[in-house]
Amino acid sequence: MDDFVIIANELTRKFGDFVAVDSVSFNVERGEIFGFLGANGAGKTTAMRMMCGLLMPTSGEIHVAGYNVKNESDAVKKSIGYMSQRFSLYNDLSVQENIDFYGGIYGLSRNSLKQRSQQLLDELDLHQDRNRLVADLPLGIKQRLAFSTALIHDPSIVFLDEPTSGVDPLTRRQFWEMIQSAAERGITVLITTHYLDEAEYCQRISIMVDGRLAAYDTPENIRGTFNAETMDEVFLKITRNSS
Amino acid sequence: MKALPHLLKKEFRQIRRNKAMLPIIFIMPFVQLLILVNAADFEIRNIKIAFEDADRSMASQQLISRFTSSPYFNVQGTVNSAAEGLALLDRDKVTVVLRIPSGFERQLQSNHHTTLAVDINGIDGQAAGLSRAYVGSIIREFQSSIASRGQVSRGQGAPGIDERYWYNADLEYRNMMLPGLLVLLVTMVGLFLTSMNIVREIEMGTIEQINVTPIRKYEFIIGKLLPFWIIGLLELALGLSIGVLVYSIPIVGSVWILFLFAMLYLPAIMGMGLIVSSITKTQQQAMFVSWFLMVIFLLMSGLFTPIENMPKWAQAITLFNPSAYFIKVVRLVLLKGSSLWDVAHEFGVITIFSIVMTTIAVFAYKKRVA
Repeated sequence: MDDFVIIANELTRKFGDFVAVDSVSFNVERGEIFGFLGANGAGKTTAMRMMCGLLMPTSGEIHVAGYNVKNESDAVKKSIGYMSQRFSLYNDLSVQENIDFYGGIYGLSRNSLKQRSQQLLDELDLHQDRNRLVADLPLGIKQRLAFSTALIHDPSIVFLDEPTSGVDPLTRRQFWEMIQSAAERGITVLITTHYLDEAEYCQRISIMVDGRLAAYDTPENIRGTFNAETMDEVFLKITRNSS
Repeated sequence: MKALPHLLKKEFRQIRRNKAMLPIIFIMPFVQLLILVNAADFEIRNIKIAFEDADRSMASQQLISRFTSSPYFNVQGTVNSAAEGLALLDRDKVTVVLRIPSGFERQLQSNHHTTLAVDINGIDGQAAGLSRAYVGSIIREFQSSIASRGQVSRGQGAPGIDERYWYNADLEYRNMMLPGLLVLLVTMVGLFLTSMNIVREIEMGTIEQINVTPIRKYEFIIGKLLPFWIIGLLELALGLSIGVLVYSIPIVGSVWILFLFAMLYLPAIMGMGLIVSSITKTQQQAMFVSWFLMVIFLLMSGLFTPIENMPKWAQAITLFNPSAYFIKVVRLVLLKGSSLWDVAHEFGVITIFSIVMTTIAVFAYKKRVA
């Protein structure tokens, strides 16, 4: 049990009559890259918002980093990073100002903030652009900066909600390199995506259909179970079954 | 509270870079005080007037020359018939036609009752009322002047009235308008900018990011409101300075009372701004709702129309209008020199308003975000 950083038990969320997430249970291991796949409206984002404490579950339990999201949300918030579907940096602040702001509100000391920000600018090669407004940066760099900023307080888990939608293939690749290096440093990564090929980068994935988990295993095992060559095929088979 | 300084730093940076907000903060006070104070003058000069002089006598000429020399009237000439006068009114060439009947002089001299007819364009009721009063006063002056020259006796011996206006001796409209505009200025900042600024965060989506950080909701709210509280007080200072430097408005009482009142008034208004931001999704929507509230606050505040003239039910509504209290306090303190004790009632009411509004606002906001 100790190795599970996320434990979801019969997690359910209703919006009126609509059941967005329907008694979903899963575990995520420490240092794992865990993918949430599914069509738009399948419930991926809702599930993720509940894990971050942005949305209360209608029923069911969820523990993140050893804390119950329901009543220990402050402790949860300190141990997670989050990058929302919509852009999460301030466009009207410069690169450095964004870093300082997020570092500051997570309570980083002046010294460690300086160190982290130096390291971050190194990684992204943004030293020359540190005083540019984020609005003026190319989308790909913005996304990578947003990811690094979400990690500024060294969280043990990072949630990424469709971080690669709308960026070009090269940026997507660079982005996945950053994700993998974060995972190597022991950070657990939870990512939602609708790019099925990205499933192969994940250690384990779950495929959501209409609020339920239709599949939940390693990509390899899932392909085996569904007797499919690629994730695309798996996905087609699952959606055909459901309709 | 450790996050607050970082939030404030960020807000001020964003305000500084916001191309829509800066003009509102720095240009609006000048526009309002330099243009509106002069434009919102209820005095009327150069009222266009025409005469139908059926008497063509010394007396009628004397009466007309009094209008010619008055700064309030602009004589457009004479007409030969009532119909011709009405035609001028129809075509908006004049707003007043004074008709002097034949036999006017004779009747004056024989001390008979005589009647003058005045046709006034009544579309703008307020202007019409003022025109009537000005015409009346010139005719009265004319009457008393010929009476004193012994041409006629003083009629029924109407008592003369020696009028004196207190606290605003010259009935200077600026002295009445400017305090109101100061309130308008502070209200604009508190309501518009606050609601727009919070909605902006929701519109951009950055609120999501804030909500997963350990920032507490009250810290976020304080971080959003405090900058505009400060800016609101600055606007008041700026407005008062313009009032003194440009219009030399009297400051009989203590300006500190005004600032103290503004400090309590702003939370009530910003609370409303926070509520607006909780029920809207975009900056445009927030602006519309704020504008709607603003117009009600202004029209029901006694700035343009005295509250005493409103029907009872409308007067009851003004009791719930924080702006009405502020305008009253500004006028009382600036023109009459009221002390803190004199306006204690208004202070009490605004304090209750602020507590109630901010409480509702915080609940509304929490409900919206949770």
